Amino acid sequence: MSEQEDRGNKSILKKGQEFLNLHQKVESFTQELLKENERLRFKAASLEQEKKSLQQSAATPPPDELVGKVQALEQEKEALLKRYQQVEEENVDFAKRYLEIEEENNNLANLYVASFQLHSTLDFKEVVQIVMEIVINLVGAEKFSLMLLDENKGDLYAVSSEGVPREKIPHIKLGEGVVGKVAQEGSGPYIAEGKDRSKITLTEPLVVIPMKIKDQVIGAIVVYATLEQKEGFSPLDFELFNLLAGHAATALFASKLYSESERKLSTIQGFLELLKQ
Amino acid sequence: MATHRCLLVEDSPTMRQLITFALKRIPNLDIVEASDGVDALKKLPGQKIDIMLTDINMPIMDGLKLISLMKNNPNYKDIPVVVITTEGGKEDRERGISLGAKAYITKPVQTTNLLKVVKEILPDL
Repeated sequence: MSEQEDRGNKSILKKGQEFLNLHQKVESFTQELLKENERLRFKAASLEQEKKSLQQSAATPPPDELVGKVQALEQEKEALLKRYQQVEEENVDFAKRYLEIEEENNNLANLYVASFQLHSTLDFKEVVQIVMEIVINLVGAEKFSLMLLDENKGDLYAVSSEGVPREKIPHIKLGEGVVGKVAQEGSGPYIAEGKDRSKITLTEPLVVIPMKIKDQVIGAIVVYATLEQKEGFSPLDFELFNLLAGHAATALFASKLYSESERKLSTIQGFLELLKQ
Repeated sequence: MATHRCLLVEDSPTMRQLITFALKRIPNLDIVEASDGVDALKKLPGQKIDIMLTDINMPIMDGLKLISLMKNNPNYKDIPVVVITTEGGKEDRERGISLGAKAYITKPVQTTNLLKVVKEILPDL
């Protein structure tokens, strides 16, 4: 065999060997693919099975026990919502009531202070001053007068005034005009509700509060104007009017009696001193 | 909680009692009373005043004069002042505020309003 033939045989063998190797690789690769295929088929089958079982359980209605529990929970929820609403309403009521009580408390404090001050002294001038302060600071009157009844003459005269010169306030006979009538009847307080403020005069006032001890009228508080910021009369104002009608009357009467008795006592003491000499 | 002190300057005993009554609802608030501006100036030294409530129309020394003197004194110029006045007019309010008052209350004094103003000025009460 020549060299050429020999070389040719060798290359054929080599190529044959390469082909065999390639074939073996392809065979091995094919085997792996077949195995993977089988594995995936098995996986797909099991997933299919799982899907079927899930579909079945979704289609099956829940047992009665669960339905019952859900219903009970829903009822409980409804009841709780209702109770919450009730509690909310109660809270609103409590808040409202708290404000009412606070206002009542404030009003009572005002009345207490007014009463306390009125009976805190037996000095006539001081009592007059206190009445004036109550009417200015608690009622909010800007122009008013405190009138007492002169029993001898039967007319009302101003002992003190605010916002109006005292000398300009006329004496008023009992029964004359609004002030005189209210003082004579002892009924009141008189309040000119809704009256045009420009028509208010010293004889046609805004408010007249007769001061009386039991049924005996001793004077009147006459209001001609309120402070600019005062918007009408509140329930507290009416309570104050009632307080002034009674308590101011007794305070003024008592202090006046005390002053007179002090004066008489001084006179008698002076007289006794003279007699001793 | 620390105690605060309020100086109440008012010539009317009725109003002093009424305002004191109302302010006593605020815990930890002591009240010092003065009957006019001069009395107030006597009571200022030697104690820490956290707030002053003053009437305007008072004898001897009125509220506006008192405020003016306090604002010119480095020891007292920072004390917040609330003016209590019968004057509902804008001018008097503005006068009080321009002199350094922090707030005003008009008469007749509403307790709720008074307490609200004081608590706004001293929020830690």
